[in-house]
Amino acid sequence: MAEAEEQPERYTGEALPAWSLPAAASSEIDIGVEWPERVTREWAWGGSTGAGVTVCILDSGVEPAHPLIGPVDGAVVVSVDAETGEASIDEDDQGDLCGHGTACAGIVRALAPDCAIFSVRVLGAGYTGSGPVLLAGLRWAIEQGFDVINMSLSTTKRQFAEVLHELADSAYFKRTVLVASAHNMPVESYPWRFAAVISVGSHEENDPQVFYYNPAPPVEFFARGVNVEVPWLGGETTPASGNSFATPHMSGMCALIMAKHRELTPFQLKSVLFLTSSNVGGET
Amino acid sequence: MSTDRLHAAVAAGVLGADESYRALLQSIVEVARAIFGARASSVFLHDTETDELVFEAVAGEGSDELVGRRIPSSTGIAGWVLVTRQPLVLEDVSKDPRFARDAAESTGYVPKALMSVPLLHEERALGVLQVLDRPMRAGFTLQEMDLLGLFGNQAAIALDLLQRARQAQAVLTEDGGEAMAVARVVSHLEKLEGRPREAGLRLLAALDEVLRQP
Repeated sequence: MAEAEEQPERYTGEALPAWSLPAAASSEIDIGVEWPERVTREWAWGGSTGAGVTVCILDSGVEPAHPLIGPVDGAVVVSVDAETGEASIDEDDQGDLCGHGTACAGIVRALAPDCAIFSVRVLGAGYTGSGPVLLAGLRWAIEQGFDVINMSLSTTKRQFAEVLHELADSAYFKRTVLVASAHNMPVESYPWRFAAVISVGSHEENDPQVFYYNPAPPVEFFARGVNVEVPWLGGETTPASGNSFATPHMSGMCALIMAKHRELTPFQLKSVLFLTSSNVGGET
Repeated sequence: MSTDRLHAAVAAGVLGADESYRALLQSIVEVARAIFGARASSVFLHDTETDELVFEAVAGEGSDELVGRRIPSSTGIAGWVLVTRQPLVLEDVSKDPRFARDAAESTGYVPKALMSVPLLHEERALGVLQVLDRPMRAGFTLQEMDLLGLFGNQAAIALDLLQRARQAQAVLTEDGGEAMAVARVVSHLEKLEGRPREAGLRLLAALDEVLRQP
């Protein structure tokens, strides 16, 4: 019988399409991660410094050589031609236009000291150009394959929602984690509302590693976002509050976990975040 | 109702609306300033034609000379808040050399702390509300952030009304301004009583007769 039957095609694990699973392949799916019986904080990021992980700060730029951030591994500015709609990505020597991107980079750096930080500046083109620039910057960042993209910003324009949704999904399937600030005002805004991103609101505690899972989305996690001492322009620091500072706390935690478990998909990473949340099982 | 009379009625409604909504905005920044115990509070309107932020109402420090002053829409903290739609609270920005210089140049006053919230109405970001230098009794709280959001909603509604009134005014004055001229006369008349009012009405009736086509 064995001779009469042809050998089923071997599943190589690399070829598309990926929307079917031949019988022989099920045992060969490589999950990539050895899951322990109980996921603890120690298992998730114990000993991790974020080394080897790339974090993109999609924001107002990052101040070069801020003492609390140190070297930035790359900085670009995004612009979009108003007539042709064509996007340009250029080296950025302007640093930070407002201080906000520097603050976000500093929060990530404090949690994951050895991660690589890249700045993609999407601000400075004027308000009217801000939507297309934001989309072009996000698209470029996803193409680069950064491990984490920190988006402490949002748009309320519905015309951008569909493209943002597609970009968020493509990041999710390409193993790029989008971490996005939620709104604390009753307005529809994007991309934090999409299920493919990690959306973040603020809690008031002062421990940077305390974060909570919210079983009543769209906001999925709460992280430290009130009275955070953040780096600011001119090598200074300032206490700051807002969801935009809670977001890089989650980005930093993602960097720590991904550095230790390089194979995690965004889905698996979100599961680890859930299991290690302070209100779930994260005390150990 | 004839189109002319409708026109005149709309014009009468629009006339003075600008002033009323500005008064509403002014009262919002004054209440915000009082409730937070802050040194100043202001509302910026985003002028989409020039892509600038315009001081529309100011309470406290700088209130006399700031209204009407303009700053670029995408630089500084107000610009960041407008573009990213995210509220922001900073306790000490006075050490930031760029901010201190910009603030001193545009307002003559360098605040230490500022709270900034985008004014969102439906899909649009209409402007920014700022509250400057609240007393540092203790750290900022999420409750204050929510309060700031509530003021932001209120200011956004007032700003939306103000913009609509201005658009209506622009439409009415486009037509050679007749409707606005009539509305102005009507609004003067409404304020009169007794004999002056009767005289005014007689004068209008006479004018109507003179101008009426044979």
